[in-house]
Amino acid sequence: MERVAVVGIGQTKYEKGKTKNFAELSYEATRKALDDAGIELSDIDNVVTTTNDFFDGRTIACMAVAEAAGSYGRDATNVEGDGTLSAFYGLMRTLSGVYGTTMVSAHCKVSEGSPRKIVNQAFDPIYDRLLGMDAISSSALQARAYMQRFGITEEQCARVSVKNHGNARNNPYAHVPLDITVDDVMRSPMLAEPIKRLDTSPISDGACAIILATEERARRAARKPVWIRGVAHCADAYRLGERDLAWSQPLETAARKAYRMAGISHPSREIDVAEVYDAFSYMELMWYEGLGFCDRGEGGRLIDSGVTQMGGKLPVNPSGGVLSAHSVQVAGLARIAEAVLQLRGEAGKRQVPGARVALAHGTGGICAQTHCVWVLSN
Amino acid sequence: MGTRTAIVGVGQTHHTSKRKDVNGQELISEAVKRALQDAALELKDIDAIVIGNMDHFEAINNVDCWSIDGSGAFMKPIMKVTTGGSTGGTLGSCAYYHVASGLFDVVMAIGWEKNSESDTQAAISTCADPIVERDFFGGAIGPNAAEYAMYMEQFGATQEDAALVAVRDHNNALRNPHAHLRKFITVEDVMKSPVLCWPIKLLDSCPRSDGACAVIYASETTAPKITPNPAWVHATAVSHDYVYFGDYDWEMMPTLRTTVDRVYGRAGITDPLKDVDVMELYLPFSTCGVVWMDHMHMCSLGDAPKLIRKGVFDMNGELPINPSGGVLSTNPIGATGLIRLGEAALQVMGRAGERQVGDVRTALATAFGSCYWFEATVLRSTKP
Repeated sequence: MERVAVVGIGQTKYEKGKTKNFAELSYEATRKALDDAGIELSDIDNVVTTTNDFFDGRTIACMAVAEAAGSYGRDATNVEGDGTLSAFYGLMRTLSGVYGTTMVSAHCKVSEGSPRKIVNQAFDPIYDRLLGMDAISSSALQARAYMQRFGITEEQCARVSVKNHGNARNNPYAHVPLDITVDDVMRSPMLAEPIKRLDTSPISDGACAIILATEERARRAARKPVWIRGVAHCADAYRLGERDLAWSQPLETAARKAYRMAGISHPSREIDVAEVYDAFSYMELMWYEGLGFCDRGEGGRLIDSGVTQMGGKLPVNPSGGVLSAHSVQVAGLARIAEAVLQLRGEAGKRQVPGARVALAHGTGGICAQTHCVWVLSN
Repeated sequence: MGTRTAIVGVGQTHHTSKRKDVNGQELISEAVKRALQDAALELKDIDAIVIGNMDHFEAINNVDCWSIDGSGAFMKPIMKVTTGGSTGGTLGSCAYYHVASGLFDVVMAIGWEKNSESDTQAAISTCADPIVERDFFGGAIGPNAAEYAMYMEQFGATQEDAALVAVRDHNNALRNPHAHLRKFITVEDVMKSPVLCWPIKLLDSCPRSDGACAVIYASETTAPKITPNPAWVHATAVSHDYVYFGDYDWEMMPTLRTTVDRVYGRAGITDPLKDVDVMELYLPFSTCGVVWMDHMHMCSLGDAPKLIRKGVFDMNGELPINPSGGVLSTNPIGATGLIRLGEAALQVMGRAGERQVGDVRTALATAFGSCYWFEATVLRSTKP
């Protein structure tokens, strides 16, 4: 793969009940990304937006944001899914030789919709939808399957919540920074056994944008480029009954491919910081395993050991992760943006000192049916 | 310079108004199997898949995830792209960039729609701004009706000119076994058909179809191993507009002009009538088959009716348009633009059967939708 860099990033603050409309949110993030890169809109060759017609409450939702993302007069396209996939498409467009720079944006106003009904629409309309399944109830099945298989405890899951909400206190963009204990998580209201309120991510509105550039064009940007070293994504089966809910084979497959591209053979030693898609606390433990940060079934022990907390050998989600800000399809793109900040040494109070190789991860579908893994370096 | 890329296989379902015999995944599977068969490939040969439709038509969220039993994307990379009516073109571009990037060797694009499961026009109306425009945006037909009314007023074009386009596309469909509507019609039939939104009448208008299409793209190293006659992608471009419908320039079609200018430029086309051998154009209404000819530089502004009356775009004309019968004959919306690409590729590969135009070296396919969003792709029998 030829060298492509992330040369600019922009994020809004993530919070509930934003009054800006979709275009205004998208504009805020893309304008910040341009300013961050020290370039103008005229330097952007093409645009990839990210929408979801259900969360956006309108069909062809890209119509509402494309121009605000800078698409007027230039090639533009739109991905429906997690922002890591939009960024992946942006990378391919940049590698094609047709474009030197690509703006990738994502927005979502989750608080304007009805997330439970919207996620329910992802279930099979004939067999599953009428059961009323949603993200929390389906993830509870996955959490239980995972805990049962490997002897993971609710307290170990709670530790992820404590760590990430605590990390969020260092991130000015985070929605829910909290100073909490494992006890607080355990005593929070049970939503769908074993998932409790503090094991879940919030309903956040926000937007994020990143700018990709070929090596030649990256030289003209103001910031130190952050290089894309490896990217891969992979999908599991659709129906929950056809999947191994306790172990994500697609995550392992995507991670191995991304590591191979990046020349990484020992991820836990070679990766300095990771931003993963922890929509629920148990997920972060599962992703440790799929990403090869520890052996299968060892996710609980890894969080217990402190390796993944700030100051540990491999801090995971210094930003507070998705547990602290969850603007759905924005969340994966935000993981990339946070990884970029880490590699530039510009992550402020959440900086992992000397980070040279970072991982960003996004998911899509019910119980993270699809995974996308990014490896970046400075 | 990216990897040179070609279309090597095309599969379409049987398109009709209600496919009650299959569910969505089965419909997708039908197109996928036919595309694999066409390219003599197996599912294991496909490195990545892109899929698209319009969410609100079937009310299924995360279609990339839901569709896997039909698309065959189990343990493969799959992503969903969507841009409304132009989704099919967007899908083709997405598969092209997958291969051109050098990251994937063989990539399948899938477009599909089960319009029979939706209230199409109601769903389309939600594309308009919810506060300023949604209440009076009456689906897809209004803007195109207004466009042709203006064109008739400005250039003296007639409803019969549009009817000639309808007759051409509908009657071409008689040679296409996949076409949804296959019925011989005359200008008189069109003129006597019920007015939907003046000056657009029923036979000037596209149907809503259930159907799917899959198109396989491959890299320059693999494509020649799959087929001796790949359809090489020489240029692809998109342009769009929109803040509000009222802001659009209805007389100049700037997005269509920008798009074709880009692909003509990249593919070295200076006179489309001479340099292109066949076109598969996304013409949702016959009226577009008049007005848009001007903007595609087939003639001077206002001269399109003259070319149409002369039969320049008929099957035996100088530049045949829509040998397949076009959108007027078949319209499974998320697939419609991809069918244009697939049909153009079949023409270049010389595999279009009874609808084949003789000796096609250069073909152009377009897609149209959403915010007056145009996509265009130039395919050739020679490598770029």
